[in-house]
Amino acid sequence: MAVVTTTPPAAPTASDDKEMLISGSEACAEALTLADLDVVTAYPIRPYDTVMQAIAKKIANGNLVAEYIVAEGEHSQFEVVKHASTVGARVFCGSSGVGWMYAMECLVVTPPLRVPMVCMVGNRALDDPGAFGVEHNDALSVRDLGWMLIWVDTAQEMLDTTLLAYRIAEDRRVFLPCAISADGAFLTHSQTIVQVPSRAKVDKFLPRYDRGDLLLHPDNPITVAPQANEDWVIEIRRQNNEAMNRAYTVIEEAYADFRKTFGRGPENPWFEEYMTEDADVILMGMGTISLPFKVGIRNMRAQGKKVGLIRPRWFRPFPTEKMVAALQGAKAIGVIDRDYSFGSPFGSGVVANEIRASMYNAEKRPPLLSFICGLGGREVTLEDVYKAADLCFEAASSGKSPLKTLWLGVRE
Amino acid sequence: MAHFTCEVVYRGIFQKNLAARISRGIVLSARKAGRWGIAFGRYGDSPQRNGIPAKDFAIVADTQEELEQNMARYEPKEVDVTICVDDTLSKGVESWAWYGLQPINRLTIPNGTLLMTSLQTPEQLLKDIHKKDAPYSLALIPAKASFSGLWVYKEDHTEARVLGALSKLQPGFLSLDAVCQAITEAEWGSDLKAASARKSHERLTTRPVKMTEGNSETPFAFEKPKWWEMREGVTIPAIPVGKPMEGGKGYVPERNPYFKKYTTRTMRPVIDFDKCVKCTLCWIQCPDSCFDVTPDGLYDANMESCCGCGVCEAVCPAKECVTMVREDAFDDNASQWEMWRKDKTQYTTWLGNKIKSKEHVVRSHGFRFRGQYEEEIKQELEQGGTEITAGIPGENAAGKQR
Repeated sequence: MAVVTTTPPAAPTASDDKEMLISGSEACAEALTLADLDVVTAYPIRPYDTVMQAIAKKIANGNLVAEYIVAEGEHSQFEVVKHASTVGARVFCGSSGVGWMYAMECLVVTPPLRVPMVCMVGNRALDDPGAFGVEHNDALSVRDLGWMLIWVDTAQEMLDTTLLAYRIAEDRRVFLPCAISADGAFLTHSQTIVQVPSRAKVDKFLPRYDRGDLLLHPDNPITVAPQANEDWVIEIRRQNNEAMNRAYTVIEEAYADFRKTFGRGPENPWFEEYMTEDADVILMGMGTISLPFKVGIRNMRAQGKKVGLIRPRWFRPFPTEKMVAALQGAKAIGVIDRDYSFGSPFGSGVVANEIRASMYNAEKRPPLLSFICGLGGREVTLEDVYKAADLCFEAASSGKSPLKTLWLGVRE
Repeated sequence: MAHFTCEVVYRGIFQKNLAARISRGIVLSARKAGRWGIAFGRYGDSPQRNGIPAKDFAIVADTQEELEQNMARYEPKEVDVTICVDDTLSKGVESWAWYGLQPINRLTIPNGTLLMTSLQTPEQLLKDIHKKDAPYSLALIPAKASFSGLWVYKEDHTEARVLGALSKLQPGFLSLDAVCQAITEAEWGSDLKAASARKSHERLTTRPVKMTEGNSETPFAFEKPKWWEMREGVTIPAIPVGKPMEGGKGYVPERNPYFKKYTTRTMRPVIDFDKCVKCTLCWIQCPDSCFDVTPDGLYDANMESCCGCGVCEAVCPAKECVTMVREDAFDDNASQWEMWRKDKTQYTTWLGNKIKSKEHVVRSHGFRFRGQYEEEIKQELEQGGTEITAGIPGENAAGKQR
């Protein structure tokens, strides 16, 4: 099956830059079109399905030439793109909630095979109960397996990050899969104004996928994934670890080049810092939770409260040193998890315990408060934000943090 | 600093694309003056289900920061304009997204506007629209509920007319010229549609509504339990077995008291009890167990649980026993059987008025019979209509291949 686009793209011009009113999912599909995607597989689950619909439309309208394969479930969906990637196709896939979990066996094997698949996870609560609001536990389930994980906040960031993800994942130094997390509803289903770059700029930024010595092809006879025993496994893991470590440099390079090419994008790829310069209290949370927090912070600043926000983007690889450095000036830290980890240390969410672990050897260890909020798509209200901030200010003055994780916005 | 917030209340599937065009049209029109905006649907709604009331929102603001200030929540707490594209929703909205009945004007700000497409008079509509504790305006675009949904889009210009009307209500945010420009540029737009927007702008009628006006019923509401009050294991108690209706005779099933879903209804069955042959089919086939068995063995459709699917009419073997009638012909959910029992002559007159009136029995949504769409297309072509050959997905795929 010929899946690689062979004809060169028509010479586009810089005037192709345009503005569109699109959702986060549609922004992802715009980026995939600009990246000249080769193979995409689809199996519907809300909220990810909005991406597969948008791609289908792109192909049907003749804007994108790609193989669109409807699988009979997520397990096959991820298997198909994994194989397509080994023969040199630029691939895309995605899912949500329990759909992502159903693909788990394929998700596990993708990093050791060094398949630079890019996925979108439309974050959704895991069943039961069957619900489609946002929780981050779906994407976080692969955090230990060699997947690069990033959380985005706006449709613009989704478009930009999709291009960046291919650039980073397909770098021969990395060759690891990357999952882009988008909060169900707030990002996947909300349409905002997005700047869509020209194909010319994208071609300049994103080289063609070259699988090189790992290409599965009659001219390059190799076997992928032979069975192995204890004589081989730990070395393979060591290679994976090395690839993940190399991703730090590759990510920095890619963002710098992105800024140069497109004239936008963050200086700091790892996390967004909002009003943190002089902040006594730093709140933290991933994804679209930043919106109520930014609004709440602006209101609290107007009352003279020195509070700021750090919104982590990259969760794997995790920017340990940079994060610790960014938190050194704080008198208290409040981590808000849109996930859970039952029975974990302090009953905290996943992000809070990562921050705790990062801070263990730090020079200054300000009190850290852990909150769980917004599960299942529950609205994070300004009242939740103020409550979290107030408790952090109390801890800042007493120098002590409560050991218990606090749940906000629960009926009790 | 200024912002404008708007909701579009519509019926799932039948009007999903219509609502999306309107909310997108608001943002794109406002963008002409450099404003920022967001268009989104209420995620908890289920707009992929026939007739379920659902909502889209549009917010526009002078700056991005002001937009954030107003979009930092699941849905707006209040809106400047409520747009309602189906007047049967004037009875209130119960969605998958929440429990209880919400009046159509619930989010409308004091002195805001409820903009509806309807052929009814304001006075007729105010029999259904709940009272509000603040004055507001009722603006009407004379039109039937548009059938512009997922599978079939009737190009009846409703989206253009609504946007044109909005430019009259909120000229500071949406100038008529900006609206017309956005309409012309839209993939669904045309000069003809821009002309419709201009006409609608000129012809819009607005009437002030006083606090004393409207339906005085209290909408049903529920308090959700605390986490420790809920049963564990994601379990809910079964609905108990029902009871006889009266004197040990008949049967009334227990029903879900938290989710009634009758606002999904755009038509309701009207029953001629004198023609009923007591075959039980309507009772057995009703997917919502909405029929009460009366002591005399008749079947009374309970209007608190009927969602108007029309299965009873389809399965009834007796001629003219069950007739689906448009919801705008009714102002309450009273029992038809009680009315019939009380005064049979009066009931017969009432029944005749409902089912003999053509405007009442013509369907606003969906199809009256299988193959109706194909027939209508054929008829329209025969009457000089033009077959649509542009804008079909994939038509230009070959041309754009690289």
